[in-house]
Amino acid sequence: MFALVHLVPGDPVRLALGTRFSQDTYDALRERSGLDRPLVEQFFSWFARALGGDLGVSFRSGDTVTSLIAERLPATLTLAFASILVALVIAIPLGTLSALRPRSIVDRIATVLSQIGISVPDFWMAIVLILVFAGTLGWLPTGGYVPLGEDPGGWLARLVMPAVVTGVVSGSVITRFVRSSVLEALGADHVRTAQAKGLPARQVFTWHVLRNALLPLVTVTGVQLAYLLSGVVVVEIVFSWPGLGQLALQSVEARDYPVLQGAILLFALVFLVINLVVDLLYTAIDPRIRR
Amino acid sequence: MTAPVLEVSDLRVRLRTPRGPADVVNGLSYTVGPGETVAVVGESGSGKSVSVLALLGLLPARVATVTGTALLQGEDLLTMKPERLRQVRGPGAGMVFQDPMTSLNPVLTVGKQLVEGIRAHQDISKEAARRRAADLLGEVGLPDPDGALDRYPHELSGGMRQRVVIAIALSNSPALLIADEATTALDVTVQAQIIDLVEKLQADRGTGVIWITHDLGVVAGIADRVLVMYGGRCVEDGTVDDVLEHPAHPYTRGLLGALPDLAEPAVDGVVPDLATVPGTPPPPTDLPKGCVFWPRCPVRGDARCEHEQPPLAVIGSSAVSLPHRAATWCTEGSS
Amino acid sequence: MTSQPGPAASGARKSLRPAKPRWRETLGLLARNPTAAISAVLLVGIILVALFDEALAPAGPNDIDVGARLQPPSGEHLFGTDDLGRDIFSRVILGAAVSLRVGLLAVGIALVIGSVIGLLAGYYGRWVDDVLMRFMDMLFAFPAVLLAIAVLAVRGPGSGNTALAIGIVYIPIFARVTRASVLGVREEVYVRASRSVGASDFRILTRHVLPNAAPPIIVQASISLAFAVLAEAALSFLGLGTQPPNPSWGLMLAEGRGYLDLAWWLAFFPGMAIFLTVLCFNLLGDGLRDVLDPKQRTLMGSAGGENP
Repeated sequence: MFALVHLVPGDPVRLALGTRFSQDTYDALRERSGLDRPLVEQFFSWFARALGGDLGVSFRSGDTVTSLIAERLPATLTLAFASILVALVIAIPLGTLSALRPRSIVDRIATVLSQIGISVPDFWMAIVLILVFAGTLGWLPTGGYVPLGEDPGGWLARLVMPAVVTGVVSGSVITRFVRSSVLEALGADHVRTAQAKGLPARQVFTWHVLRNALLPLVTVTGVQLAYLLSGVVVVEIVFSWPGLGQLALQSVEARDYPVLQGAILLFALVFLVINLVVDLLYTAIDPRIRR
Repeated sequence: MTAPVLEVSDLRVRLRTPRGPADVVNGLSYTVGPGETVAVVGESGSGKSVSVLALLGLLPARVATVTGTALLQGEDLLTMKPERLRQVRGPGAGMVFQDPMTSLNPVLTVGKQLVEGIRAHQDISKEAARRRAADLLGEVGLPDPDGALDRYPHELSGGMRQRVVIAIALSNSPALLIADEATTALDVTVQAQIIDLVEKLQADRGTGVIWITHDLGVVAGIADRVLVMYGGRCVEDGTVDDVLEHPAHPYTRGLLGALPDLAEPAVDGVVPDLATVPGTPPPPTDLPKGCVFWPRCPVRGDARCEHEQPPLAVIGSSAVSLPHRAATWCTEGSS
Repeated sequence: MTSQPGPAASGARKSLRPAKPRWRETLGLLARNPTAAISAVLLVGIILVALFDEALAPAGPNDIDVGARLQPPSGEHLFGTDDLGRDIFSRVILGAAVSLRVGLLAVGIALVIGSVIGLLAGYYGRWVDDVLMRFMDMLFAFPAVLLAIAVLAVRGPGSGNTALAIGIVYIPIFARVTRASVLGVREEVYVRASRSVGASDFRILTRHVLPNAAPPIIVQASISLAFAVLAEAALSFLGLGTQPPNPSWGLMLAEGRGYLDLAWWLAFFPGMAIFLTVLCFNLLGDGLRDVLDPKQRTLMGSAGGENP
């Protein structure tokens, strides 16, 4: 992120101040944010402070970036995990069904649905859902967020639509993966061994097909996360979900560059942490790579 | 004579392939008695694996059509209800597959894979099944059977894994054991150990064994009777002595000629010297009209070989109960 | 099983010279895949519409007619009119030009820079590979839209910057695909042969490695176009991409959002336009993958296939 800001031509301070400003203000802000010092020095001081949890101070509000982020992080994490959940709830049954009956009606429908899910703009789907479920039917609120502790019902009602939107998009991609993975597992030699043992079909399927097919799914879900978090950014904005994505956009609009930098850094951190968790999880559940 | 364990008659398997229907097994008949070992020999593509997978309904129903009868202890496997077939797999017939590297589930422990097989047929507790599993592993010669229960397949060597597969196949004391190229993927010493093991277990339990292989050395060591398959048909069968020492079919002679040590093809001085069998088996989508071996046959003769399929006929002076039969027009060579 | 006949057979044919891109063959195979063929035809249509946008649009994009505001679809206004009485049909047509231009530019940037990085990393290996690919991994850790937002925050909004932003976001994908592809052909006979007769690295890379590493890159380009069109729409929707009064599908959606219950056509038609374009690029990409890249080396296909 740091590299990006400095590699891409453009002056954040100039952008932050807009079009009319005095040279004094400009210099003052440059100095305050350390942008007048040599690049390498800037980087290391920023990096050192970032390691210590200090991401600087907002140009606008004067709050520390860390506190602004901490306020928003739970909402984003909630949405991210809910989306993964929705994605898996869609992908596993749909992908499995199509793999069990390749080229059947179910398979064809699933293929078309996943193709649509990948291609539909998430913000458009969000708008349509709001129109239908919040507008016409009036079942759900149009957006916003209440903490789980205060109002569990309201929390869930507000979470449903955003999570469905991001979940459907990722779920579509994962469905295709589940399908090919289950197909591959169905053809494995050990499945024949299990059948030859005289296991009931259901047991063969759960223990020898599904279990093996879903193991690599953990990794795919991790990879999907970058994609999913992108969706989270957009969806947060459409549903006024007070998370990091919304914070990032607000800070762009307000030209609050330290906040933007902090929010983006945190997204990357979330991505890396979840990937690390995924790796650990995979090691724990797949005996082949366990030591 | 005791009742046979397995009695296969006129078994036919047709597979749907992208290149049209393939007749992989064409009218195979044989019996396996208790305690008897029948070796099914042939090149890859001769239909030997498919013929046994078909018996246990292990071919995908969407692509395979199986006809004929296969009586396992008097019950026809080919017309059985799925649930009954499931009950028979295991206690009726156990199966050992070719590649021990892939025939065990890599993500389940050895113990789990044994126990689930036992508990699918016997109403016993998990603990009891585990004890039984450990006993079985000991029986098949796995060192530290109790420890092995908690191992994953990748932690065992190929030979050890195959012992596990055998233990699974034997876990419900089957009347029939089918070994499909069970030693092909193993090195020679391990191969010998596995063969000894199966022979010993067979002697103890009186199990009938179908041993599928393309290795005639193995056949000589283990089999009571031999069935030579070519192009989905039985081209020659008989006792191991009859077939190996007095091969009647040119294909069998070719196989024996292709075998370095056992080969004494010129037993009676008439057999042409075949170092190998040149060519490849016919594609099952397009079998020859006459003798299946005709296109590759080194001693093929008149138009009869090309146009008329030779029947499986008793030859020589073999005992009536154990006839030596061959499907060839060219019987002058043996006698 | 037996060895795969495809690579072995073609390897013998092109043992010393890399095969020319087999356009005719590829097109023939594509034509036999109905979904891909229909998508290709539709895309050609969309591209033609974008090329001749001004001739095709019945009205100017910003012809304001307050008297005819928020008209539902009719014979006169095929897709209706917006809050300022602008003809939505015309704006969707003109939006096609904007979306495709940004999409093509973005993928062009990503393809050129990404391929060069991937080519160098894959061909030279060792530290070049390590340094370049670690940097790519880093870039990959940021959610695409957010990274684009960051670039736009620094450079300011607008179509050109949007293309640049999306382009930067997709560089790592092309770098990865190209690298994997190059690793595959680097040790082929014809490459080693050229090296042994003393051909320069540049010549080997451009004449031998690149053409043979191309198929997965082409597939990736088609899929990335889908994502680029989506991303452009998303960024414009967020107010960071194409700026009003220029017509852009994403922007029109954002504008139509306030009139959802009053005038559904404001958001519906631009949304459909985005959806159809993206769907066509995706389906074409899938078709191309089946034809060009049966081993699924492209990112979407191999996303998690790596079974340790």
